[in-house]
Amino acid sequence: MSPRRLTKVAVSATTLALLGSMAACGSDNTAGGSGGGEGGGTADVWALQDTSLNPIEEASIQRYNDGEGPGSVKLSTFGNDPYKQRLRTAINSPQAPDVFFNWGGGSLKEYVDAGKIEDLTPMLDENPELKEAFLPSVLAGAEIDGKQYGLPMRGVQPVLMFGNLEVLKANGINEMPATWEDLLADVATLKGAGLKTPIALAGSQPWTELMWAEYLLDRVAGPEVFQAIRDGEGQGWNDPKVLEAMTMLKQLIDAGAFGAAEDFSSTGYDAGGTTQLLANGDAGFHLMGSWEFTNQLGTNPDFVEAGNLGYAPFPSVQGGAGDPSNLVGNVSNFYSVTSASPNKEAALEYVKTALTDETYVSDLIKAGDVMPIAGAREQLAAADNGEYLTEIYDLTSDAKNFQLSWDQDLAADEASKMLTELSNLFLGQQTPEGFVAAMAG
Amino acid sequence: MAAKGRERPSGWYMVPVMTFFGVFAILPMVLVVYLSFTDWDGFGFPSLSGGGNWSRILEDREVRSSLVLTLVFMVLGWVVQTPIAMMIGVWAAGRQRNRAVLSSIFFLPVLLSTAAIALLWNSVLDPNFGLTQRLPFLDQFSFLGDRTLVIFTVAWVLTWQYVPFHTLLYQSAARGIPVSIYEAATIDGAGRYKQFFSITLPLLRYTLITSTVLMLVGSVTTFDTILLLTGGGPGTATRIAPLYMYITGFTGFEFGYASAIAVVLLVFGAGLSLAVTQLTGFRKMSSQQEGS
Repeated sequence: MSPRRLTKVAVSATTLALLGSMAACGSDNTAGGSGGGEGGGTADVWALQDTSLNPIEEASIQRYNDGEGPGSVKLSTFGNDPYKQRLRTAINSPQAPDVFFNWGGGSLKEYVDAGKIEDLTPMLDENPELKEAFLPSVLAGAEIDGKQYGLPMRGVQPVLMFGNLEVLKANGINEMPATWEDLLADVATLKGAGLKTPIALAGSQPWTELMWAEYLLDRVAGPEVFQAIRDGEGQGWNDPKVLEAMTMLKQLIDAGAFGAAEDFSSTGYDAGGTTQLLANGDAGFHLMGSWEFTNQLGTNPDFVEAGNLGYAPFPSVQGGAGDPSNLVGNVSNFYSVTSASPNKEAALEYVKTALTDETYVSDLIKAGDVMPIAGAREQLAAADNGEYLTEIYDLTSDAKNFQLSWDQDLAADEASKMLTELSNLFLGQQTPEGFVAAMAG
Repeated sequence: MAAKGRERPSGWYMVPVMTFFGVFAILPMVLVVYLSFTDWDGFGFPSLSGGGNWSRILEDREVRSSLVLTLVFMVLGWVVQTPIAMMIGVWAAGRQRNRAVLSSIFFLPVLLSTAAIALLWNSVLDPNFGLTQRLPFLDQFSFLGDRTLVIFTVAWVLTWQYVPFHTLLYQSAARGIPVSIYEAATIDGAGRYKQFFSITLPLLRYTLITSTVLMLVGSVTTFDTILLLTGGGPGTATRIAPLYMYITGFTGFEFGYASAIAVVLLVFGAGLSLAVTQLTGFRKMSSQQEGS
């Protein structure tokens, strides 16, 4: 072969190899789509990576695959942040999952509006016992425009007020605050006793600040005002109740309840920041999701076992329209079925049978999840930390309304903007009026 | 072969590179420009929205403030990093054994991943449990929480992260300067400082330009350290333009608007590197080592 010829051959070979590798990037085909026809294939279930949850999910899938149901199921797991991005891009492609983990509410509604999600209402109508198996306030989390688009697949996680009872008692506070006035008085007492941060706040993660806004608006105005905002009805953010709640929040911030802005603004939750502040006695209170209990138990077992970790529902607001039994937080996580799924029969059957399966429920309860299943109370009471778990169960079943965290209930762009504005409000860079104007504008 | 070796290689040689460049550089750029004229939340097909994103960019205060912040980090980074990198580089170019040992320690950050660097500094500077809270004097500062101080904190971490890489550039360039020039200068009676400013500095000129372009363009495109260190906070105090683009695209899922911000950054970065190379005569670069 002449050198020139050789060059040409080498060049075309390299080009081909490059093109080939690019083509390979685009067609990373997972087994999901190869089922052939409805039902016969393997339905792909997408969920978050979670060391305690994943083995339980795997076991549940194994039981399904060993059983008589149509087709088979397999699990794929992803980290939290990449999950949302990956789901968003995959949902349009042949690599879309058949069943996927989600938070319900407005973030699910975006997918529903795009026509990507299977309506589960007919399935629930045919199987009324399935519908009755779940607590209604939790099932409502994946109900959109009167239709059911997902079923709860794990425990409820309402936001509660936690307290360091040792610190509180040392300052003459013998009970968790029942009203907003109590809370303000307690903050003043702790502040007066020289505690720099009466309430621990992980301000570097604005979703922790959001919990305050969610509860305050609920207690002041009831759940309807936020629902109108979410649905784009009525006055939306311009409702005077929003300004009222934000002004109360501003007063709490200005009273130094969370300490100095430059301290809480870089304090985190993930890194064990606020959890440690509460356990160390550097803070008296901490508003956090119910997972905080498990978290404290893991990092500061002595603190919990000595009975120093107090918990209570968010205080009521005098004259407010909201029912004090209302909860906010992660209602639950849901499994939804994609409407374009080529393995829909297996996907629907799995969702229908696996989530109320006795072993699945008891496995999760053992792992500390408060399952939103009717009649799970006895099982919860018998589990480790049964007292705490039954308290959460009772709060959930008694709640008039269980509002999903706003950042999950609003469309992604509005949620992102809201968290930025809220974080500026906490830093003193934004007024309550400015917050309302920015969100309404 | 020997005779042919002096010919220009045939155009076919460019095919692999051009294919690669076209698919991974030109095509994405064209797509981003197209997306900037659309509304796309990730579902279905992007719908054309005319100049909607562009009129929004003109009114968006946050675009302006994040661009200003990007410039601040760019200038601050260059002013701080260049002299440090050059000094360590020239020093490390010496062939003494202690220098070899010490400079291999200096270069350690090059080996660390960005995530490791950001998390390391994050825990060192934590306002409650960080190392700085255990030290006298330093414990009175909130390095990541104070809206002004955080800018210098981030600049410091970026310096720590990137100086070793630029030091490597200067070290190899300084080693390329012929010893004979220094020997001649010594005979002529030039002292250390005179030698540095009359020989080393002028001969490092092209390395200085290369390093500058890398720093300037880098500050328009990279945000990973800041994302992991402060998340752009407190509030929006360290939310530079590329980070704002990322948040808009991948938290708010407004891919159209994020693409418009990306186009602004693309034009900004390309213009910047073009300006630097034009102004400094980088294009007319020729070897400065003739006669060595």
